[in-house]
This record gives sequence, C-alpha cells and structure tokens, in this order.
Amino acid sequence: MLFQRYRRGLFITAFLAAPVTLYLVYVISPYIQAFYIAMTDWRGVTAAPRFVGFENFSRLFSDGIFWQAVRHNAALLVLLPLLTIVIALFFAFLLNVGGGTGGLQGISGSKLYRVIFFFPQVLAVAVVAVLFQQVFRPDGSGMLNGPLMALGVKPIGFLSDPDIAFWSVLGVMVWQAVGFYVVLFSAGLASIPRDMFEAAQIDGAGRGSLFFRITLPLLWDTVQVAWVYLGILALDVFAIVWVMTDQHGGPDFSTTVMAAEIYRNAFSYFRFGYASALGVMMFFFTVGFAIISLRLSRRERIEY
Amino acid sequence: MTTMTSGTVATSRGEARRVRRRRLGPLGVLSHMALLVWTVLVVVPILWTFLASVKSEDEIFGDAWSLPATLHWDNFARAWEQAHIGQYTLNSVIVVSFGTIGTMLLGSMAAYVLARYPFRGNRAFYLLFVSGLAFPVYLALTPLFFVVQNMGNVPVLGPFIGLNTHAGLVLVYIAYSMPFTVFFLAAFFRTLPTAVGEAAMVDGASHTRVFFQIMLPMARPGIVSVTIFNVLGQWNQYQLPLVLLQERDKWVLTQGIADISTAAGYDQDWSALFAALTLAILPMLVVYTIFQRQIQAGLTAGALK
Repeated sequence: MLFQRYRRGLFITAFLAAPVTLYLVYVISPYIQAFYIAMTDWRGVTAAPRFVGFENFSRLFSDGIFWQAVRHNAALLVLLPLLTIVIALFFAFLLNVGGGTGGLQGISGSKLYRVIFFFPQVLAVAVVAVLFQQVFRPDGSGMLNGPLMALGVKPIGFLSDPDIAFWSVLGVMVWQAVGFYVVLFSAGLASIPRDMFEAAQIDGAGRGSLFFRITLPLLWDTVQVAWVYLGILALDVFAIVWVMTDQHGGPDFSTTVMAAEIYRNAFSYFRFGYASALGVMMFFFTVGFAIISLRLSRRERIEY
Repeated sequence: MTTMTSGTVATSRGEARRVRRRRLGPLGVLSHMALLVWTVLVVVPILWTFLASVKSEDEIFGDAWSLPATLHWDNFARAWEQAHIGQYTLNSVIVVSFGTIGTMLLGSMAAYVLARYPFRGNRAFYLLFVSGLAFPVYLALTPLFFVVQNMGNVPVLGPFIGLNTHAGLVLVYIAYSMPFTVFFLAAFFRTLPTAVGEAAMVDGASHTRVFFQIMLPMARPGIVSVTIFNVLGQWNQYQLPLVLLQERDKWVLTQGIADISTAAGYDQDWSALFAALTLAILPMLVVYTIFQRQIQAGLTAGALK
C-alpha cells in the first residue's frame, strides 16, 4: 500500500516536472520580472538597473504617443467585435437558416462558402499584412487604386493618409476574422433544435423575426464568447500594424497600438524599464476588460 | 378513402411550403449576392497576388490588373534562393515540428495528471497554467529576451538554447503553448471514462503505461484538435521569433516575408516579393483544402468549450 502511494507520487512528480519547470522559467518568471523592471530605468547597458519607483508611470501619463496607441486599441475594442460579429452573424444565418428554398436548410452551396470564408484565418498575420500592403499601394499598381484611377477617381492613400490608415487596419482585421466566426456561429446554430425555427415559421415568422426572435437569443452565449475573443484580439494587435503600416504604426503614429509602442521602446530605443511600464499598463487594461466582460456576461442561459 | 386523405395532406403541405417559399423568396437572390460579395473580397486579393508572382518588375509597377506577357517563373527561383524563402521555410518546419511535438507531449502529461490525480496543490498548478491565457505576451517580452539570453550562459546546454537558436525558440513555444493545451486537454481527460484505466491498473500496468497506451489513444479527438491549433499557432507566430531570433539565417518564414517588404527600399525585388508571398500562401491553401474540416473544428474547439 505504501509502495503504491510512493509510485503514485513519483508518477505525478515525473509528469509535472518538465512542463512546470519550462512554464515557470519562460512564462511566469518574465511576467513577475516585468513588474520589477517597470520600476527601474534599465536601458540594458548599465549592469545594475537603478530603482526609480513610479517615475516611468508618471512619465507615461504625459506620453502623447502612448495614449494615442491606447485610443486606437480602444477604438478597435469597440469596432472590431461589432463589425465582425454583425457580418458573421448575418452570413451564418444565411448559410444555415435563411436559405431561399423552403427556408431552414440554408442556402445552396453553403458548405463551399464556409470553406472559402474561413481560409484567411489560416494565414499568418504577417503574411496577410504584406499581402494587403500590396493591395493598398497608393498608385495605379495597387489592386484597389488601379481600377479607381482607371475610373478617373483620385487614388486613395489607404496606408499613406493618416486619416484613412487606421480604417485600413481595421478592415484587414475584419477581413481575416469574419470566417472564423461564421464557422463558430454555424456550429452554435447547428445545436439549436430545428423545431424551433419550424414552429416559428409555421406561426408566420419572416426572415427578420427568425433572426431577431429566435437565432440571436439562442446564440447569445456564443456571441458573448466571440465578443471576448475579438476584444482580446483588438487589445493584443501587433503584427498587422507593425508589418503593414508605414513606419511601424504610422504615418505619424496614426495607427500605432500599445503592443507596437512596447516593442518600439524595448527593442528600438532600448528603454527596457519604460517599455515594461507600458506593458504593465497593457496588463491592467487586459485584465480590466476580462473582468468587465465576465461581469456583463452573467446572464441567464436559455435551456433547450 | 385513405389514399384521398393522404393526398389532401400532401397537397396542403406542398401548399404551405410554397407559401413559405414565397415569403422568403426574393431575398434569396440578395442573400446570394451578399455571400458572393464576401467571397470576392476573400478570393480576389489572394488570386491577384498569385497573378503578380509571375509578372515582371515593370508589369508590377504598371497597371495593377494587366495580365503578364510571359510567365516569369524565375521570380520563384529568386524568392527561394536570394530572398532565402527556402531556408526560412525549412527553419519554420524544424521549429514548429519540435515545438508541437514537445507541446503535445508535455501538455498532455500535465493535463492528464491535473485532471485525474487529486493531490495537494493540484488546483494551484492548474490555475497557474490556465492564468497564462489571460496575460498579454507583450508584458513578458523584455524579460523573456533576457531570460533566453541568460539561458545561453548555462554550462554545456547554453550554446543550444540561448538567443538565436532554434532549440531556444522551441522551448519558448512549448512554454507559451501550455496554457491553452493544458486547459483544453484537462477538460477532455475529465470526460473520459475511468473504468478502462482502472482495469489495466488491476492487471498490473504502471501509471505511465496506462497513460501512453490507454488514455492517450482514448483522447485522440482532443489531441488532434489541439495539435492543429498549436501547429497553426506556432507556424504563424511572428512576435516571439522577432524578439528571439535576430540572425538572418535563423529566421522563420513569417520574419522572412515581413522583412522583404519592410527592408529599406534599395534594390527592391518586388516580383520576388509576390513570389515569396505565393510560396507562403499556396502550401497553406493545399493543406487547408485537404484538412479543412479538421482545421475548422480544431480552431473553433477552444471557443466552444
């Protein structure tokens, strides 16, 4: 019996040792160190970083570029989930329920649409960023500006006009995300019993009521999950901005985001202390978002 | 008599269907239009890139929608050789192979123990892993760089796991893939029946043997989903290699692609850029076409939990 317990303990230890060690060394310890480094003026060259307390944080509050980045993240936090979910819900509904022939089975060819829509999700963000850099070229060689100029319209500076660049970033993010949520919502719709839609239809519900009175309330849980995922995506965005936009977040910081400013401060300016302070701010924004969305999502589930 | 009744029922059903169809009818065309518009939005930029990859430099800077006069397959040779896409692809394959195998092995081991063996501190370990899901990786970026740099000074192993090494990046990938892998697989292991494993234990199998020969095969659907998730996640990773691999010949594919376009404008080889993009997209398209069901299920599995 004692031997059995010894073997069990040994097994647990052996199986946990490697994963826990790796995780502590590469994930947990950097996170903890970051909070300390945030209170130093470390620039990487000095052997001993000097402790400066909250100096980095007081400097950060008057750092216009950082707050510009925060505003961009905040705008994305609202717009990215909103646009993506509205478009994805609309398509998921058409593909699964709102089909033209007799309703309910979804539109013909719905499987093919789903396969095509999902594909951008499989591509690396860095690849998508370079691809759209070419699509958005400012002259006649750009995929979009070419036809526009042929029509006699003035070319649009998708990435070179500070007033437009942010919307280009948002557009590309929506482009990549929609397919994933079409598939996610389709899976959600598949778990709703058919009778619900049939009963509603027999009672005379049109497409609109089918969507707003049946689909949306029953999918509400999935929509909330989608909202949290997209919110985190909006707060964490980096590669699309860093690779696609002019001057990594430009022109003139018009597309920059928190992650880009952290990376720039750490690895272009070598201000490790300050970059960590920005990281701590980002951490609190993310945790704040998580707490708010958890509180808001406490709602009664519909059982079916 | 009976036939007549059923006939009436059938006609009234058909009638009801026709009424329903009329109600939804004209919108059907509009729905197809909406779906087609999005299909065009998704497909056209990708096809346009493929087209540009066989154009000459002059054609690329000319009209965006002109067709190439001759097919310049040499763009691909230049992308593969001079832009080092071949080397970067190989690096990506190496890092992702070891990264995913390591992640799945260590992740499933940890998940299994945490899901099936109650012991003091079990919950704490589980929460430690899962809490990683909520942290933004950018907070850890700076210290992580120095952690990996310091790893380079470890005796014997140092030169293999420091900065600018693939093994070092593999270890970081494994560590950062743990939260989701443990979270998902622990939930999966909890749903499996206990009886089979217990029977094997009675027959004298060790804990390790039960895990590898009974529990892992039983958990196959979950393992497949998480493997797909990790392969794609690590293949598409850009941020971590950007920080940890600074020597060109070590770069992974995403870094290579991003660099061709961000590199300062001297002697830009734009046609090779399009060829490189095509070389990055095409394999994904092929793999996706073959495994699209599994990939869709694997990527959305986490969100449905």
